Amino acid sequence: MNFRMIKYFLGWILVFETMFLLIPLVTAVIYGEHCFFAILLSMAVCLAAGGLLIWKKPKNTELYSREGFVIVSMSWIVLSLFGCLPFVFSEAIPSFTDALFETVSGFTTTGASILAEVEHLPKAMLIWRSFTHWVGGMGVLVFIMAFIPLSGGQNIHIMKAESPGPSVSKLVPRVKTTALILYSIYFVLTLIEFVLLLFGDMSVFDALNTALATAGTGGFGIKNDSIAGYSPYIQIVVTVFMIMFGINFSSYYFILTGRIKEAFNKEIRVYFGIIFFAIAIITFNLRDFYDTFGDTLRNVSFTVASIISTTGYSTVDFDLWPQLSKTIIVLLMLTGSCAGSTSGGIKITRIIILFKGLAKELEVMIHPKQLKKITMDSKPIEHEVVRSVNSYLVCYVLLFMASAAVISIDGHDLITNFTAVSAAINNVGPGLEAVGPSRNFGFFSTPSKLVLIFDMLAGRLELFPMLLLFSKATWKK
Amino acid sequence: MDIIIVGCGKVGQTLAVQLNNDGNNITVIDLNASKVNEVISRHDIMGVVGNGATQHIQREAGVDKADLLIAVTGSDELNLLCCLIAKKAGNCHTIARVRNPQYSSEARFLKDELGLAMIINPEYESAQHIARILRFPSAIKIDTFAKGRVELIKFRLPEGSPLVDMAVKDVVTKLKCDVLICTIERDGEAYIANGDFVFREKDVISVVASPRKANDFFNKIKYKMRSVRDVMVVGGGEITHYLADILLRSDIAVKVIEKDLKTCEDMCTTLPDVTVINGDAVDQEILLEEGLSNTDGFVALTNLDEENILLSLFAKNKSKGKLITKINRIDFDEVVNQLDLDTIIYPKHITAESIVRYVRAMKNTIGSNVETLYSVIKDKVEAAEFIIKEQSPIVGIPLSELSFKKNVLVAAILRDRKVIIPRGHDEFMPGDAVVIVSEIMALHDITDVLKKG
Repeated sequence: MNFRMIKYFLGWILVFETMFLLIPLVTAVIYGEHCFFAILLSMAVCLAAGGLLIWKKPKNTELYSREGFVIVSMSWIVLSLFGCLPFVFSEAIPSFTDALFETVSGFTTTGASILAEVEHLPKAMLIWRSFTHWVGGMGVLVFIMAFIPLSGGQNIHIMKAESPGPSVSKLVPRVKTTALILYSIYFVLTLIEFVLLLFGDMSVFDALNTALATAGTGGFGIKNDSIAGYSPYIQIVVTVFMIMFGINFSSYYFILTGRIKEAFNKEIRVYFGIIFFAIAIITFNLRDFYDTFGDTLRNVSFTVASIISTTGYSTVDFDLWPQLSKTIIVLLMLTGSCAGSTSGGIKITRIIILFKGLAKELEVMIHPKQLKKITMDSKPIEHEVVRSVNSYLVCYVLLFMASAAVISIDGHDLITNFTAVSAAINNVGPGLEAVGPSRNFGFFSTPSKLVLIFDMLAGRLELFPMLLLFSKATWKK
Repeated sequence: MDIIIVGCGKVGQTLAVQLNNDGNNITVIDLNASKVNEVISRHDIMGVVGNGATQHIQREAGVDKADLLIAVTGSDELNLLCCLIAKKAGNCHTIARVRNPQYSSEARFLKDELGLAMIINPEYESAQHIARILRFPSAIKIDTFAKGRVELIKFRLPEGSPLVDMAVKDVVTKLKCDVLICTIERDGEAYIANGDFVFREKDVISVVASPRKANDFFNKIKYKMRSVRDVMVVGGGEITHYLADILLRSDIAVKVIEKDLKTCEDMCTTLPDVTVINGDAVDQEILLEEGLSNTDGFVALTNLDEENILLSLFAKNKSKGKLITKINRIDFDEVVNQLDLDTIIYPKHITAESIVRYVRAMKNTIGSNVETLYSVIKDKVEAAEFIIKEQSPIVGIPLSELSFKKNVLVAAILRDRKVIIPRGHDEFMPGDAVVIVSEIMALHDITDVLKKG
């Protein structure tokens, strides 16, 4: 285990976090808010700690997959621990656990809040919340890799551990260039949304926050009623972009380079298929719920997009919907969107592989000697990938059950516990009942919040990096 | 440059690593998914699993934007097909490894008609390499610069040489001999020579000199110059064919020991001047009977690495001649090097090095201006040849006034067909060919060896 290199990476994380904090700092200056000093203090702490760690570049820069996993999980923990400092120092969220919950929820693009009242927060704090979504969505380490040359080829281990999806592949030979391409696409898409929102007469501050939080598929609102108060035009723009940020970013790269066929692969087609059917069924189920068909369609599309992309914005309280619609919403939480996007959940690719694997097993039961390979987009899926998807699902279910069991100690009802864990682990944000779209997570006890914090991190990093922290083999020499 | 490498074997991997370190963007293609995964998880390169001779896989690897495709799979036909398709699909430069002598004898035709940039035949390259060493048997390795006018010679310091216990700075004054000591290897460590370094027995030293000065130098340090008049070769493979042909042309007698009768008969017809012995070389009697103890050179070229090593160890006991051992697997080169086997030939290294040299030369047109490049000590020290350009900022300044980075040696300057072993008062002039020995890998321009600012 190359501890020096891990320390070095963590140092860079803090240095970059200091730079990220410039954004709320500038906001505080513009609006003349007195949380300015709290942010400055947080920056000083980050910079001091980070500077100390990167003081000496280690000689041995070898990284193997185990260092990759540890770096990723530790980075996210460190990032969150220091990221909550502005909330604590400015006393916007005085409790440390609550501040940590809010920050983790931000970086993991969950969007679950412990605040009942967000409109009273200083603007600098609001933009910091939205920005954590943005940078957390594509990945902090990917961001760092795009800008500084840290080490040689072994960076792929870090990228693999941080990027969502069962098998990560590069777009171009170099990790650095790949990271840069991904962030460029991400940045441009965010910018387009920002401009489109401005056209809808949104204020610059609101548009910026909404664009950042949509891009990361986060879902922190800056209004107590999330997006409900904005015009239908804005709601439609947000709907479209939520769906777009749920698409694998390599598809955009393929479109840009003229490889259209590769762009619309199986996963994308299934993704759009699910969205279409979910909207159709729920709209039918809610046919008498809202005044006009147009309203119904808009609200249903918004909610479906918001949940499947694991953003968690809301225009209506879907907790009031009939059971069928609510069930579909909960199922969409589990699927999530495409691998390689900024969303959470199990990911469509994994679901496809699981179904294909199941179909294959059934066939093999009938023809015991039959040999069959699973393929996707007419490419064979390696056995290792299938295996890792299977173990992912097992892990997912176990973590889910364990978390639900622990937070049930608080004594809330089953649906609340179940959907709270689902909302955290899938990085969605809102659940049902007590954690529904119009409620918040503030009422949970501190141990429950810590469990949910762990779930959010585990969900964002695709379970294994966080779980490996607890494995003996990781730390053995 | 964007480079695609088809075939992820040892040569493919070596190439991928070296070219990647040179700052190229590498994509490898191989049918074997686990091989591809292994390479891409170790190095910052991309991998595509599939048949590299299909247009569709090549496109996936980005052939339309690539500058160069190198085909180094195990099959000649596949390599040629890869190059053909790449030429049509992406119009990039192509390099193919072709080892079947029937094809390589038509290399020129293939190159021209199929539009290949380079055809590399590992066996032929190896044979040439061996022949060069046999012509100058005292050395472990010889690389040439400036079309053979400057040589970089690596040799092991014999016991009782006057050089032992002498400091590097005294070599020129005491021996009155114009050579430059470049590197010293001792106990697995490599050093770039500085003036105060003191030689010890069994050091492996590399020097730069013109061929004539080198002879002089070796006489003065009492290094026995053995001129090879006859060579015994074990194994009758491709390399042997090429080698025998080259050696016969420079009047060196060749004796080949091969156990397969059919191969022996073939060789008799293709190379009538070779003495062909049909027998198993593992039988010591045959070796001794055929005059192993008197031979000037012994080359072990069977297909089994272990057998080659054992044969050479045996020959080392019985003969005072030059020993050359061919080893195919490059994974254990450190262990093999400790055996003191005289010269060891790794055809795979030779292939990869020639291709890397070609690629760097190709890059000349886009920025870098390295003419030739050799690795002196694997992964540690390289020797590169540059041409000094008119507008270069280092022209006309005495070397002693240029601030070089640590461990950089200006080993030779070639001006108007004359070799200058540079000293402090010498200057670079436009048009000079300069040989630089340094620990800086992937030099692109001669200014890279200067301290910044």
